[in-house]
Amino acid sequence: MRIDEKLAIDAFKTDKESHIKINHEICRSKCKVKYCLFICPGHLYSYNEETDEVVVEFAGCLECGTCKVACIEGAIDWTYPKGEFGVQYRFG
Amino acid sequence: MKKIDVVIVGGGLSGLSCAYKLAEKDMQVIVLERGDFPGSKNVTGGRLYLMPIKELIGDMFDDAPFERKVVRERWSLFGEGNSINIDFASEKLRVEDHSYTVLRANFDRWFSEKLMEKGVFVIPKYRVDDLLWEENRIVGIKAGEEEIYANVVVASDGVLSFMAEKAGLRTKMKPKNYAVGIKEVIELPKEKINDRFNVDNGNGCAHLFVGDVTKGLFGGGFLYTNRETISLGIVAGIKALMGKTPSIETHALMDAFKERYEIKRLIEGGGLVEYSAHIIPEGGYDGISKLYGNGIIVTGDAAGFALNMGVTVRGMEFAIASGIIAAETVIKAKEAGDYSGKKLSYYENRLKETFVLKDMKSCRKMPEFLDNEDFFTYYPKYFPDFLEKVMWFGKEPKERVGKTLWGTLKTSGMLSFRRLKDLYKIRNI
Repeated sequence: MRIDEKLAIDAFKTDKESHIKINHEICRSKCKVKYCLFICPGHLYSYNEETDEVVVEFAGCLECGTCKVACIEGAIDWTYPKGEFGVQYRFG
Repeated sequence: MKKIDVVIVGGGLSGLSCAYKLAEKDMQVIVLERGDFPGSKNVTGGRLYLMPIKELIGDMFDDAPFERKVVRERWSLFGEGNSINIDFASEKLRVEDHSYTVLRANFDRWFSEKLMEKGVFVIPKYRVDDLLWEENRIVGIKAGEEEIYANVVVASDGVLSFMAEKAGLRTKMKPKNYAVGIKEVIELPKEKINDRFNVDNGNGCAHLFVGDVTKGLFGGGFLYTNRETISLGIVAGIKALMGKTPSIETHALMDAFKERYEIKRLIEGGGLVEYSAHIIPEGGYDGISKLYGNGIIVTGDAAGFALNMGVTVRGMEFAIASGIIAAETVIKAKEAGDYSGKKLSYYENRLKETFVLKDMKSCRKMPEFLDNEDFFTYYPKYFPDFLEKVMWFGKEPKERVGKTLWGTLKTSGMLSFRRLKDLYKIRNI
């Protein structure tokens, strides 16, 4: 089962606005490894070569906080989604 | 400006336990929960040990929706293509109320409903954005344009605690102090679970895995049986994942774990009903935040109360105990009419008298001890390999067991100074 298929099983309520903001300047100038690309359990981060930007599909965010901790350069500004939004676990 | 007694940020186990005990003393308390209902943002392995909190909780969990009572403890060492398993069963585990598996969406929701029956306001879909200050005192919270004033704010907002951070009680989160857990909830009929795990109705199994599960990284796997589901997952240190070259995709570790022969049989025919993830405090005693300030107390995961002892992992009972002791502290503060940090320091002093800080302190050296890749690579390789040599009958005449053992001890370096030092260090943990 692919990771996007796993995420499709979960219940999400998606806000229009992302709760994850990425400072691309920091990614470009300071971050060599880009831990976010492999460390996210939802595999939501990808790199767009054309724009030289890290992109996150925030709608599938499991709100685990791994990227916040692993982004040691501080490019990821991560807050909780607003009340009413984000993942809603039915088992937990 | 109306001021209530307590505002609790986060409707998890510590926040709800705190509210429960405050309500018993008729304190005005509001619990703010950002999810659709308490439990909807929570992830646990998980199991709850009841013995340490028995006296503190009283009858609080008498009708709680536990999943299964753990009567079998299993532990596996995974090599690349083999494994050693220990299956511990005990009359004591069956008779006593030792530990139970739980699913938090169900458990916390039940708990919050119980609170609402007691007249506590548990407000869902409510994200707290900031703290309110008066000089150097915290006097409430802010959510959007709304402000709620309270004598004490209890920060029960989980491992990522933005409240502890805003209160200046916690420093920047370091990768070495956290692990990431991924969990899949897999549905299986009750009878199938009973048969596969050799348990009867209502009883279940807790199983921890170490070794090839995390490809040699700090961490391991877990499996807990619930009523009609299985919670299966992995935990890996964030620092360890970051240091791995070539890098491993975290979610791929979970897939590889499920592909193992030992696991595949157990979950065969089961359907995935939820995929979840969360970070876990792994810093131990030295990873604990400052626990209180003027007008604020930090509880549960927010404070870093979780303990990985290698063969067992604990967290929820620490959360519950800290929530209850936070309530005791606020009650004392109200009696004195003093909500200063000095008065609230009672919280830390009381925690020191209980298992919360006692156990965390006595296991202080555990994170350092476990930060040794030999536990995740070397031992999981050589122990199963030795057994494989003993069990295997090939074309060649069979070697004496003693010779195989001695040969393995020598060639594996088990008798080297380094390994003996590991053994010697055990006395510290």
